[in-house]
Amino acid sequence: MTDPPFPTTTPNADSTDPSTGIGSDTRSSNNGLLIELTDLRKTYHMGTQQVHALAGVDLQLGRGEFWAILGASGSGKSTMLNVLGCLDRPTSGTYRLEGQDVAELDDDALSEFRLRHLGFIFQSFNLIPQLTVRENIELPLYYLGWEAERSAEHAGVLADQVGLGDRLDHRPSELSGGQQQRVAVARALANDPPVLLADEPTGNLDSSTSGQIMALLDELNQRGKTIIMVTHERDIAAHAQHRLHMRDGIIDRIERDV
Amino acid sequence: MQSSKLYRMLRLGVKSLLLHKLRSGLTMLGVVFGVGAVVAMLAVGEGASRKALAEIKALGSNNIMLTSKQNADDQAASGSRSMVKSYGLFYDDERRIRETFNAVERTVPTKDIRKNTFFGERSAELRIVGTTPDWFELVPRDVIAGRVMLDRDLRSSANICVLTESGARKLLAASRVIGESVRVGPDLYEVIGIVRNVTATGGGRTPDSEVDAYIPINVAKERYSDLMIRRASGSFQAEKVELHRILVAVKNTDHVESVAAGIERMMTHFHPDGDYDVFVPLAVLRAARAQANIWKWTLFSIAAISLLVGGIGIMNIMLASVTERTREIGIRRAIGAKKNQIIAQFLVETVVLSATGGFIGTLVGPAIALIITFMSGIDTVVPLYSILLAVGISMAIGIVFGLYPAVRAANLDPIVALRHD
Ligand SMILES: Nc1ncnc2c1ncn2[C@@H]1O[C@H](COP(=O)(O)OP(=O)(O)O)[C@@H](O)[C@H]1O
Ligand SMILES: [Mg+2]
Repeated sequence: MTDPPFPTTTPNADSTDPSTGIGSDTRSSNNGLLIELTDLRKTYHMGTQQVHALAGVDLQLGRGEFWAILGASGSGKSTMLNVLGCLDRPTSGTYRLEGQDVAELDDDALSEFRLRHLGFIFQSFNLIPQLTVRENIELPLYYLGWEAERSAEHAGVLADQVGLGDRLDHRPSELSGGQQQRVAVARALANDPPVLLADEPTGNLDSSTSGQIMALLDELNQRGKTIIMVTHERDIAAHAQHRLHMRDGIIDRIERDV
Repeated sequence: MQSSKLYRMLRLGVKSLLLHKLRSGLTMLGVVFGVGAVVAMLAVGEGASRKALAEIKALGSNNIMLTSKQNADDQAASGSRSMVKSYGLFYDDERRIRETFNAVERTVPTKDIRKNTFFGERSAELRIVGTTPDWFELVPRDVIAGRVMLDRDLRSSANICVLTESGARKLLAASRVIGESVRVGPDLYEVIGIVRNVTATGGGRTPDSEVDAYIPINVAKERYSDLMIRRASGSFQAEKVELHRILVAVKNTDHVESVAAGIERMMTHFHPDGDYDVFVPLAVLRAARAQANIWKWTLFSIAAISLLVGGIGIMNIMLASVTERTREIGIRRAIGAKKNQIIAQFLVETVVLSATGGFIGTLVGPAIALIITFMSGIDTVVPLYSILLAVGISMAIGIVFGLYPAVRAANLDPIVALRHD
């Protein structure tokens, strides 16, 4: 296993373990295509009532793209992100990530898949309060089986990248919201995933710290990360080149910067 | 790599337990006292069982002991005064037993005499037993000074006696008494040795326990009549007993019980009035062993219940901990932790908790045992197996009671867990 190179310079940086079954062949054959959704549906049953959180979504996302998902509350944005993040399974339809049909993976394989391909950034940061900044950043490396020394060192490098190199031994509660979110970004990057998923990453931040986080995401995107971000703020969504508007579980329209 | 991973898991577990020191400590206390109780109770049981074994071993497990006894009817009838009661074992019984059973190695007859005995200025009523040299071989005993009775003493009907420790004490005779004479009634006996009384710990009855001196049986038979006058509550009672005891040594332990049964049959035939007792130390040994085992496992079960309560305490705390850390579990799962890794994380915590408690318990257990011995005088022995058993059980309790909360944690839906607050 190689150190995840950070900053990532090539969108195709291959840190993938062949044992996960995601061969690089698949990827090169689908040159540029990263995510493919076909008639994706997610239905919740509330008693006798059915809620179609996703009601037939077809979408293709390219490698290295920056997407924003917009829409009114209840339009299915979070459901979409959960499915994309392999935290939730669609009721029907197919979801291919890096050529892999996610439906074919069992729970363990799905966990492994998340570990190697996805990084999460949450609205409420979701750091583990009893762990230090360093230990939080190290979490993905722990599950990747890195040795303690190497992973501690790498966590230090990542903390430097997000400007928190001097806060490594602090607890999340000792940091401001913006700082916590930067720790969360560093953690999401630790396993060097090709895709970052962010659910309202600036939702709990004031505008100036929001700006810092968005600058960080812009930079990561320029260095090749594919980013999919849910937001309801237009100025935040403006950072993305592709803006997907959802309504009642379907894609309403897609705006693209040329 | 593998070991460093385990080390990190342990460290993580210990760290998260230390986050709630009081809670973890109190939870652990349940296991500490559970294990402590198990070890202490097994120690009490083991002590009792060893004591029973030692007592009975002192009687010789290859031996069968027949004793003359005045049976209950006669005893009641003996209220009528100055009647000579004749009862008990005969030389003929001894001969019959020796000649009938092949499995019998030898038989030893004994005859009890009570006589005032004099040594220098000192006099005391001694309980004297006439017997054969074989007596000293059936039950091994320490010789404090001199020697025990030998075949030649019997052949020559020598006027010799072997004092027991208790007899020597009564006459205030130290080891320099060897070679000197004591006077029993009108007769002089040369003291040839002093033997230690065979005693069992806790003062159980042994063949020596009521004997002060031994003399050759043929001398006893010659000099003292079978008639014995006993003063009891104002009335005189005379009784005639040929032999007070017959010790039967069986060659092989396996045959002890069958020989005993044969003797029993023979004796009912020749002594229909039942003026004898057959005592089989081996049978008593077996019974005592079984008794001690029941006793031991009863105590163990009671102690195990307290361990069970400790385990339930652990489960309770772990369930609370899982609920408290639902969000952490969601985060770990989202990052890519597999279910098994979540299970392992929580199991490590419970096992660390219960194993630490178990370890402390193995120190507390023997301490409790010591306190029991100190306070009540009951013998306690802490056998190694009880320590291993207790540690094993406490680990098992950690796993069994930790598994459910851990599995519950692992099965949380990551999305739901992430939303939890
Ligand atoms: N676990 C669930 N059970 C039942 N209904 C759900 C669940 N999650 C989401 N929904 C419903 O699905 C729809 C889409 O929800 P969501 O994806 O959270 O929308 P958004 O994130 O755009 O606000 C909503 O009507 C919501 O009530
Ligand atoms: Mg939402």
